[in-house]
Amino acid sequence: MHLCVNGKKKEFPQPLNVEQLLKHLELKPKRVVVELNRDILTADKHADIQLQDGDILELIQFVGGG
Amino acid sequence: MQIFINEQSTQTKTGLGLYELRDSYKANADLLIVNGYPINRDKPLKDGDRVVLISRCEPPTSAELEALMRVRHTPEVHEKIKNSCVGIAGVGGLGSNIAVALTRVGVSKLVVADFDLVEPSNLNRQHYFIDQIGLPKVLALHGILQRINPDIQVETIQEKITPGNLQTYFAAVDVMVEAFDAVDQKTMLISHFLNDCRQIPLVSASGVAGYAPSNSIITRKVSNNLYICGDGVTVAQPGQGLMAPRVGIAAHHQANAVLRLLLGEEPE
Repeated sequence: MHLCVNGKKKEFPQPLNVEQLLKHLELKPKRVVVELNRDILTADKHADIQLQDGDILELIQFVGGG
Repeated sequence: MQIFINEQSTQTKTGLGLYELRDSYKANADLLIVNGYPINRDKPLKDGDRVVLISRCEPPTSAELEALMRVRHTPEVHEKIKNSCVGIAGVGGLGSNIAVALTRVGVSKLVVADFDLVEPSNLNRQHYFIDQIGLPKVLALHGILQRINPDIQVETIQEKITPGNLQTYFAAVDVMVEAFDAVDQKTMLISHFLNDCRQIPLVSASGVAGYAPSNSIITRKVSNNLYICGDGVTVAQPGQGLMAPRVGIAAHHQANAVLRLLLGEEPE
C-alpha cells in the first residue's frame, strides 16, 4: 500500500488503520493531529479508519508548553 | 450645521471655529480630534465634521476611548476589528498575553476558558499580578482587561474544555485560539474544533519554551483553517523552562495572526 505522509511517498507491506500507522511511525497519538485527504480526524476515529492505497496524510506534531 | 461633538450629534452655527467650539464646550480640552485626526491649529468646522475634545487628566468616556482607538489604528482598520469576537482556550502564558493584546487592539468581545487558579509560579510569564494569586485565572484576566478597556465584553468559562462542551462556548467566535499548556489538550481542541466548527479559523501554538533565538518562532499555515505559531519542537525541560520573552513572542505571533484573519489577510 502506498501512502503520501507529510509530502513523502511511503510503502507499507500490510493494511493499516490510522492508529496502526501512528504506532508504526512511533508517534504518540496525543501529540499528533491527523489530516487524512484534507479532513482533520479526531483521535476517537483513529482505530476505525482503514487507510486506502493513495491516501494523503499530514501528521501534524505538537509539543506542550504555553 | 450638524456636527458630532464627542460622538454626539449637535446643531451649531455655520462656520463655527474649532477653538471657539472647544472654549464653549470643554475649555480644558487639550486634545482636539477632527474626523479621526488630531488637529493642533484652529480651523473652521464644516457640516458633518466629527470632533472629539479630550482632557488628558480625565478618564475618557467610552465614546472618547473609541475615537482615540480609531485615530491610532485608522478608521477603516478599527471598524473591521471593532465588532469581532475571539475565543481563547487556556489563559496561561499564551492566552493571558493574547487577551491583553487583542483588548488593546480593540476586539470587542472575548470568550476565555480556563479551569485553573493563579499560582505564584505563573508570574514568570503569565499576565497576572501578586495580588491576584489564588483567583480563578479567567476572573483575574477579566479584571485586567477591564482596566485596559472598560467596555470589553468578556465571557469567562471556568471549567475544563472537552469535546462535549467546546462547541457550546466557541461556535459563535470569529477566530479561535488554542493556548493550552498540555499537549493532549492542544491536539484534542484542534481536532475537535476543526471538525465541529469548520468555518472558523484556529490559531494554535507549539514549541515556545526556552530562550533559543527569537526568530526561530514562526507562524505557519499547516492545514485549511489551522495556523501554528512557535518553533514546533522546543518543549519545557530542565535548562529550558517556559519563560516570559519567548512565550510572549509566540503569544503575540498568535495575536497578530488573529488580527490578520479579522482583517481578511492570511497570517503566514
